[in-house]
Amino acid sequence: MNTAVDMSRFVRSEKIEALPPPSLTRGPLAWMRENLFSSPLNTLLTLVVAYLLYVIIPPLVEFLVINAVWTGTDRSACRAETAGHPVGACWAFVIDKINFFTYGSYPATERWRVNIFFVLLAIGVGWLLWLRAPRRDLGAIYFFWLFPVISYILLTGGNVSLGIGFWSTFAVSGALLVVALAAAAYALKTSIRSAMLIGLGIVAVIGITLGLVSINWGLEPVPTSRWGGILVTLLVATVGIVFSLPFGILLALGRRSKLPILRMASVIFIEFVRGVPLITVLIMANTMLPLFLPGDVTVDRLARPLIGVALFASAYMAEVVRGGLQAMPKGQYEGAMSLGLNYPQMMAFIILPQALRIVIPGIVNTFIGLFKDTSLVSIVGIFDLVKAIESSRIDPNWAAPTIGITGYAFAALFYFIFCFGMSRYSLGVERRLAAGQKR
Amino acid sequence: MTAQQIPAATFDPKAEAAVQMIGVHKWYGEFHVLRDINLNVRRGERIVICGPSGSGKSTMIRCINRLEEHQKGRIIVDGTELTNDLKRIDEVRRDVGMVFQHFNLFPHLTILENCTLAPIWVKKMAKKDAEEVAMKYLTRVKIPEQANKYPGQLSGGQQQRVAIARSLCMNPKIMLFDEPTSALDPEMVKEVLDTMVGLAEEGMTMLCVTHEMGFARQVADRVIFMDYGQIVEMNTPNEFFKNPQHERTKLFLSQILH
Repeated sequence: MNTAVDMSRFVRSEKIEALPPPSLTRGPLAWMRENLFSSPLNTLLTLVVAYLLYVIIPPLVEFLVINAVWTGTDRSACRAETAGHPVGACWAFVIDKINFFTYGSYPATERWRVNIFFVLLAIGVGWLLWLRAPRRDLGAIYFFWLFPVISYILLTGGNVSLGIGFWSTFAVSGALLVVALAAAAYALKTSIRSAMLIGLGIVAVIGITLGLVSINWGLEPVPTSRWGGILVTLLVATVGIVFSLPFGILLALGRRSKLPILRMASVIFIEFVRGVPLITVLIMANTMLPLFLPGDVTVDRLARPLIGVALFASAYMAEVVRGGLQAMPKGQYEGAMSLGLNYPQMMAFIILPQALRIVIPGIVNTFIGLFKDTSLVSIVGIFDLVKAIESSRIDPNWAAPTIGITGYAFAALFYFIFCFGMSRYSLGVERRLAAGQKR
Repeated sequence: MTAQQIPAATFDPKAEAAVQMIGVHKWYGEFHVLRDINLNVRRGERIVICGPSGSGKSTMIRCINRLEEHQKGRIIVDGTELTNDLKRIDEVRRDVGMVFQHFNLFPHLTILENCTLAPIWVKKMAKKDAEEVAMKYLTRVKIPEQANKYPGQLSGGQQQRVAIARSLCMNPKIMLFDEPTSALDPEMVKEVLDTMVGLAEEGMTMLCVTHEMGFARQVADRVIFMDYGQIVEMNTPNEFFKNPQHERTKLFLSQILH
């Protein structure tokens, strides 16, 4: 075998075949030496962490599992003096109150409607999140139109009385919308026919929605003041998440627009909403929104914080999306433009798919923050899960030392499961998308 | 590479203008990038533009499909004058293909999707027809077997050939090339140039910004030399290379031809 060492002239005569890498030392001991005790600092950190785990974990397990009380119907099961042994978490309390935590004061005979809502929500989320699910386009229609309409009817009972006056106003404004779109199409010299079809489509969808909502389905009406617990938490979070992404994208595009008015409006909205705390937004939505609206228009007590949360989250989302847009190389815009794609096509097919992919971690981060922030709606008197736990823990029937901690531990577990799920899902999506298109 | 001139059979001097630039000026802020550009490109004509970096050659061809806006003068592409009218700009872009130095393929779409996107959405072609056309042009640039891969899985030369095929799928009347081989490894330059020569032989109207002088000798009807945002010299390749007139041209050629 010849080598190039010590030679001034060299011509390769044989090809070197690919060889497997040299086998490294394996086994748990080697792993520990390499990962836990590779340097003095690393060793020190390992020991500190081990000590912290030793201090934290055993009492936690003892409290949550070993000394926990699982059965019982009132406080006597969870008080050390009556139970006769040290008492940790009082899970019996959570089990006893689970219906209240889930539905709030929703009438017991009507709770099947909420259960159907949960199932429909799970179907919709699963359909959209499972990347290889069949007909995800239908899934989108289901999730963004059919599911909200059905849920509204199920949860409130539907049967909204709209009256002749409303329908005539609706017909007039619908016709006005179609005419306005046609005029806009004429001014922009695009197809008037397709503009009118789009207008008619919008009016028809809204009309059918309102029609369905106004039908008497024979369901007992349940006012939103009786909704509560996990139902409200999931509702606020879903509405916030579903609205914040498209609104955020629109705001981000508006902020980067060349039209000064659009840009200014987006900047003012984003900076204003980001500049005030969510609690302020919620209180303003709760008390000031009715002041801005005409006297005969009332916004539901639950809808106000819903709007507040959605607007708040979309301002944050806008900045996340803008980060993605700014990371896009100019060449992608130029490639798309040189092919004759117009602005909406360029954004929808080329820029946004790539920009959103870059910011998946940021988007999910905002979603997680939003999900946890929904607990703030209790400030304006909405009965979400945290508020339900708050009011249950002072129930004299369950007065025991560990009740409060148990309730909050349950809330922590609930929020953790959802947030951790979102986090893991986004990691999976990132990995999948990255695998599809290695650069 | 021997300078074997393609017979100008497809080049008809009486044919109407494909691109007209009349007294075009452009500024980037205070910086005067294009100064009084006057250029008439006939149908079927192949033009090679060279010059030092910063001379405005890329900016000039990017004005033709309005990736850059000119501030003074007129640009008429295939009978349509470029103004602020978005509809006209779209019309021009539909008829003008462009190949970039850095390919600008869409990394999140497969090769086939890169090629069919614009025909489907801009020309409203049926998906099946668009795919057929795309496969035809991918076969032409000799990479039909890569259709279902992503751009990142291809070599630079292959990516640039995809970019050419992607433009051709729109059936353009004019092709603009903005330094198409400058970002390629030396071994891949030839495969891209061969594709471009093939296009030239078919009579495509081409404007090429390139420093491949062999290519200029072989296919160009005219060579343009630019410096400081101006057209310094313009001539047939034979005259341009053998007998440059302007001092700046002579200096430039002495630097790049050895």
